[in-house]
Amino acid sequence: MLLEYFTSLDPMSLVRALPGNVAQGLIWAVMALGVYITFRLLDFADLTVDGSLATGGAVAVMLIRGGVSPAAALVLAFIAGMLAGMVTGLLHTALGIPGILAGILTQIALYSVNLGIMGKSNQAINVDQYQLIASLRYVTGDPHTRLMFFAFLIFSILVLIALLYWFFGTELGAAVRTTGCNSNMARAQGINTNFMTVLTLMLSNGLVGLCGGIYAQYQGAADVNMGRGAIVIGLAAVIIGEVLFGKLVSGKSFTFAYTMMAVAVGAILYYTVITVVLWLKMPSDYMKLFSAVVVAAFLAVPHLKGKHQRKRYKEVAKA
Amino acid sequence: MSHMLEIKDVHKIFNAGTINQKVALNGVNLQLDEGDFVTIIGGNGAGKSTMLNAVAGVWEIDRGQIIIGGDDVTNLPEYKRAPYLGRVFQDPMNGTAATMGIDENMAIAARRGGRRTLRWGITKAEKERYYEMLKDLGLGLEDRMTSKVGLLSGGQRQAITLLMAAIQKPKLLLLDEHTAALDPKTAAKVLEISDKIIAENGLTAMMVTHNMKDAINHGNRLVMMHEGRIIYDVAGEEKKRLKVSDLLAKFEEASGGEFANDRMMFV
Repeated sequence: MLLEYFTSLDPMSLVRALPGNVAQGLIWAVMALGVYITFRLLDFADLTVDGSLATGGAVAVMLIRGGVSPAAALVLAFIAGMLAGMVTGLLHTALGIPGILAGILTQIALYSVNLGIMGKSNQAINVDQYQLIASLRYVTGDPHTRLMFFAFLIFSILVLIALLYWFFGTELGAAVRTTGCNSNMARAQGINTNFMTVLTLMLSNGLVGLCGGIYAQYQGAADVNMGRGAIVIGLAAVIIGEVLFGKLVSGKSFTFAYTMMAVAVGAILYYTVITVVLWLKMPSDYMKLFSAVVVAAFLAVPHLKGKHQRKRYKEVAKA
Repeated sequence: MSHMLEIKDVHKIFNAGTINQKVALNGVNLQLDEGDFVTIIGGNGAGKSTMLNAVAGVWEIDRGQIIIGGDDVTNLPEYKRAPYLGRVFQDPMNGTAATMGIDENMAIAARRGGRRTLRWGITKAEKERYYEMLKDLGLGLEDRMTSKVGLLSGGQRQAITLLMAAIQKPKLLLLDEHTAALDPKTAAKVLEISDKIIAENGLTAMMVTHNMKDAINHGNRLVMMHEGRIIYDVAGEEKKRLKVSDLLAKFEEASGGEFANDRMMFV
């Protein structure tokens, strides 16, 4: 039976699937960087993203259908995401709602907003009709197009990382990092922590909206459910990147830039792993369960490591 | 001459209307002149740290007025009062950002009260200035400027927090039991640094302490608090002549017999 299983696996189909998944990973890296900003730099687990991703997709698709250029549509997807982030930020800072709940409230509200933007649960755009920024067709098309597309994606991610590196090195960006690290100290140093929180949530959700806009173009449609579980994918990318490359990048100059690159690679690896387990014939119904287990396991690693170490210290102390 | 700090009839009740209601400040009045260095003592729950938090604006006061350097700050939120203040806390973790470098922490403090723009967060000239400041400290930290503050000891963190408090000369320095979490030797060193920074910059300062000897030996003025009020205020020559036994007697007088139990706290 085992033999039957292994002979039924077709290595070529895995090879064929990989380019598409690398592209998908690169696109989701934009979202993962947004999650990294809130989760790690601001220390805020923001669940808005499940909604704002679809908002970005819906805005981009509807604008493109209305005749706006795909690039300009992405700018507006970014702004739409920022507005979503602002709502969560104000719910949290001005109205005192706990961060996780504030994100959930915005996310739920956005479901209706997204339906309103699209008029129905999904809207398609055809790559033959519009000059899209990204499309699955570019990956499956001729080698030259594919090469150009990957070069464009990688270049864009590097530019984005450079921009974020610059921003978080400025006075304003340093104030954001201080807010995330020690908000009492930040206030004692004259930093308006509420403003910094709202600003960061806007920046993060802007990136998530941008990702939604690119991803909708890539798959040729926006769907009201396209962001479901997005936070888990974002966290998976962040954590995979940190666990695999954390030691490698720490203590160097430009550590922060390398960490963001590791997060982007984490997003690619996440999709590669997903492709591999699907290729191994795991039923796709179990996909979300699998993702959740992977993220939970990686999140638990630092905690369990610490426990194990304490236990060992105790044993050494006894001996 | 106007005062550097005026605390006028400040009241604060925590958890008002619940069974945990606690009158923390019950009509506090205090005026400090420029260059005053006042030490503040009192039993647990007397309102010492609460008074400092009221000045810093950690929460709104229920009644009264707080004026720093002639400006009424009563209605300003904490972050808007920060330009007036330098603060050092009891827990060394509280005064610095652990995941950021020593130089970055100092750069954050140097911009207290300024607009935080899209200019780069730390300049080369600043780094040179911080190097000299850290060298003056004599703890060898000048060679570890980019180290994360989280890697430093409690005493080192308090020393850096003191530098950060003085980096933009504040109108008022608030030291909230800032040596209480340190071992005696480190505490003495941090106190020495505090004295030096206050003297060199001519700062007006308030220092809460549980140590009566420290309260007598440092500063030019001493106040004692009890049940949310200032019950004793002494300055100048009279303060210099104070002995621990005098302060204990004052406590006994203020609190009746009950104070005997609390005395252990003040050795």
